[in-house]
Amino acid sequence: MTIELIAVVAIGVCLLIGAFFMFVGVIGMLKFNDSMTRLHAPTKVSTMGVGALLLASFIHSYTFGDGSLIQLLVMGFLFVTAPISANFFGKVNLHHGSCEPPPKPIQDETWATLNVPEADREIVVQEDA
Amino acid sequence: MTRAFRWLFPHPLLTLLLAVVWTLLQNGVTAGMVVFGLILGIIIPRITAAWWPDIPSRFHVGRMMSYMVLVLWDILVANVQVAWIVLTRPNSKLRPAWVVVPLDLRQPEAITVLAGTITLTPGTVSTDLSSDGHSLLVHTLDTDDPDGVRDEIKQRYERRLKEIFE
Repeated sequence: MTIELIAVVAIGVCLLIGAFFMFVGVIGMLKFNDSMTRLHAPTKVSTMGVGALLLASFIHSYTFGDGSLIQLLVMGFLFVTAPISANFFGKVNLHHGSCEPPPKPIQDETWATLNVPEADREIVVQEDA
Repeated sequence: MTRAFRWLFPHPLLTLLLAVVWTLLQNGVTAGMVVFGLILGIIIPRITAAWWPDIPSRFHVGRMMSYMVLVLWDILVANVQVAWIVLTRPNSKLRPAWVVVPLDLRQPEAITVLAGTITLTPGTVSTDLSSDGHSLLVHTLDTDDPDGVRDEIKQRYERRLKEIFE
């Protein structure tokens, strides 16, 4: 009985934390006015927000009914894939020049996204126009 | 013998990982599913070996575990900090900045883990790699000291990754 009570309280706290960080992520998404700063909001949602909600689901499954480890798997997949999509959003911003121009890299010529062969540069310009 | 083993298991750790993931997906350990997971774990690395030819020479699993705990803790702390910035700081007082991190790491796997870590920690997003992979472009949400951010990334994450992969 007491264990169930503690579990229910823990689930509630986790749900609240998850919902709070989701909410903050959405506010950040709406509030920031630059495409690069806006990118920072979803990283918070996908780590803390979804993480806390999955932890709640994890505790629930082990207290009531059969436990499952799938939540850990969801977490793992999320943590592996979220940086990739964020990276691609950043690359698109760089490519379109919709952000502050980045400084020069330290040892190399340029950044990989901006490293377009001479022959392909005109094609990009034509597409944009 | 070693060549045959190398041919059959191009990435032994990946084989293990795939078997474990498959078993977890079934939500219950049964002998049949473990065997099927192992079969998948042998077939998938074999047919994708062409796209991942070089295996990392050394990989410390134990150190990787402690690294993951450190990163999880950092994500927790950074989340609270960034939530505070989002809720209290007006846009005009935000100081976003580009940070260029020179890389000492050379292995692609290690650089991938470093870039992923930087993105997962709220407040920093790794955006691009330089054309020959010698530096990493990181965007920070709010900082008054870009050099400090660079040094922290190098000290806290890159040094540990160097120990894991080298």
